[in-house]
Amino acid sequence: MTTMTTPEDAAPKAAQGAFLSVRDLYVRFSTEDGIVKAVDGLSFDLQRGQTLGIVGESGSGKSVTNLAVLGLHNPATTEIAGEIVLDGQELTGASNRTLERLRGNRMAMIFQDSLTALSPYYTVGRQIAEPYVKHRGASKREGRERAIEMLEKVGIPQPRLRVDDYPHQFSGGMRQRAMIAMALVCNPDLLIADEPTTALDVTVQAQILDLLSDLQQEFGSAIILITHDLGVVSKVADDLLVMYAGRAVERGSTRQLLTEPQHPYTWGLLGSMPRLMSDVNEQLTPIPGAPPSLLAPPPGCAFHPRCGYTDLVGGGRCAVQRPDLPLGRGSACHLTDQQKRSVFIETIQPRLG
Amino acid sequence: MLRFLVRRTLGAVVILLFISAFTFFLFFAIPHDPALLSCGKNCTPDNLKTIHHNLGLDHPVPVQYYLFMVRIFTGHHFAAGNCPAPCFGYSFANSEPVWPTLIDRLPTTLSLALGSMVVFLLFGLGTGMLAAWRRGSAVDKVLSSASLVLSSMQIYFVGPLVLALLVYNNHILDQPKYVPLTQNPVHWFSGLIIPWCVLSILFTANYTRMARSTMIEQLQEEHVRTARAKGMSGAYVFFRYAWRGSLIPIVTILGIDLGSLLGGAMITEWTFQLTGLGRLAIDSVTKTDLPMLMGVMLFSSAMIVLFNILVDAVYAFIDPRIRLS
Repeated sequence: MTTMTTPEDAAPKAAQGAFLSVRDLYVRFSTEDGIVKAVDGLSFDLQRGQTLGIVGESGSGKSVTNLAVLGLHNPATTEIAGEIVLDGQELTGASNRTLERLRGNRMAMIFQDSLTALSPYYTVGRQIAEPYVKHRGASKREGRERAIEMLEKVGIPQPRLRVDDYPHQFSGGMRQRAMIAMALVCNPDLLIADEPTTALDVTVQAQILDLLSDLQQEFGSAIILITHDLGVVSKVADDLLVMYAGRAVERGSTRQLLTEPQHPYTWGLLGSMPRLMSDVNEQLTPIPGAPPSLLAPPPGCAFHPRCGYTDLVGGGRCAVQRPDLPLGRGSACHLTDQQKRSVFIETIQPRLG
Repeated sequence: MLRFLVRRTLGAVVILLFISAFTFFLFFAIPHDPALLSCGKNCTPDNLKTIHHNLGLDHPVPVQYYLFMVRIFTGHHFAAGNCPAPCFGYSFANSEPVWPTLIDRLPTTLSLALGSMVVFLLFGLGTGMLAAWRRGSAVDKVLSSASLVLSSMQIYFVGPLVLALLVYNNHILDQPKYVPLTQNPVHWFSGLIIPWCVLSILFTANYTRMARSTMIEQLQEEHVRTARAKGMSGAYVFFRYAWRGSLIPIVTILGIDLGSLLGGAMITEWTFQLTGLGRLAIDSVTKTDLPMLMGVMLFSSAMIVLFNILVDAVYAFIDPRIRLS
């Protein structure tokens, strides 16, 4: 099943059995400078109880994709096409009421910066209780009790006291825990975590990731973990999706992607990641160039201006023809499987150590 | 909170001292002798000298200022009569003590200011929020351009126009006049409805634009998006989350506006022949009535300073981050 094809092609049907199925998703923003193709024909599936890591640089469309799943884009400036099917329910054309009933209830989101993502004007407890009161029809008192229970579950000490605190009275790690408590208060089936650990120091990062895994075990939720940190994702994700310029360029299990990556962009991401065991004097190898403008992405493969392997493909194909990405394990690159393997083993792997 | 109030009150006193000194010395910078006004037609140098002495104008200006300030707290016995504290002196123009005159004029100004505040908050915030709620729609465009047009309407233009249309030619509304609320609430209302509305035009336009822009700004806040991500309804997010954040700039401007309105709305009071503090200020300037002018100036400055302190105190109720630091 190929999905990264031109929009004229018939969109493949959503996979049966997948809890969340995204097919040929296009998200376009109209701005003063023109139309930004933030997500350009993206497809992926996610099963219950599984964690999908979405990796990519800033502006690669990771967050935009997930805001589209929740239906949080401003319809006046955003054009969304394609299919988003959550447990058999189509979300792209769904009414606001339908989405409101799902948001915070069956699908929830953890945002990156808990300081700005929590309202400074209301207590943590109230903000956690709100979706519970709304979606479960609980009373205010029940909501408060539930908030205390959730705070305890995410490991806030003295939850009965802290429930009446305001977000600014919490530390960064505690705020992030409170965000998680807020997202999980209705036991959502789908949890989207948008760089949940970026603003935190490393020890707290590990705690938060452990917490997410524990909660997944308990509730059986499907998790989408958005990050630009391969280190984070390698700890918790079952599958990985690498995004570049609004498109998926490589997908596979976390193990496959980390041990035998196929796409030059993934190689670049791995090469720019510091390793604990490597020599201090060893240089990191950043990906040359900058991410492309999504107003006018490069023709052909969007990565070709920054790619060091276009000569291997030859014939200028990279600048003309856009490579496809199959739904299973694979990468959107014109290099042959043989070439991918040999380049990785010969030049990339030695550098990664 | 107590420390805050003490600190701010001390600051306010210093500001008022500066304003009073500035007004006082500015008054004497005018090449004009206030005593000439009381002297009348048959003015002899001897007469003038007596009047100078009676009004205290024979002292050097700094001494006059000192005496003026001291007498506010101690009171003084003037030739014209006794003046208990707070004594702002006797009016040069009509030999009435200043403070009772101020108190007498205050209800008119208070009624005008508070009434028009109700009108411009109701309409200004209402239309501003509606425009933000329907951002980009026809409603928004109409309201935004209307507020732009209205904000260029001047009271001395609209006022007479409204009077001509609704009072003199068609007798739809009563001639504006001040009747105390305690005396007859119906006449109080009908006498002030035109001044309220005319005075509110400019404010309404400004509050519409301000409410619209702060609401739009707040709606783009991340915590507002979080609230939507929790499944809260559009109206709930709008009124609970975005509205709360836009209160701070609105309260700030409201404090300044209300403070200056309570000092008297000069043009409105002049246009509708209402004898409030604004009218009193204009009269005392044209009559070079120093004590009265000082009284009005100090009173309006005190109002502005007071409302600034109030606004800072209100911030603490709106934003818990300010409350606890």
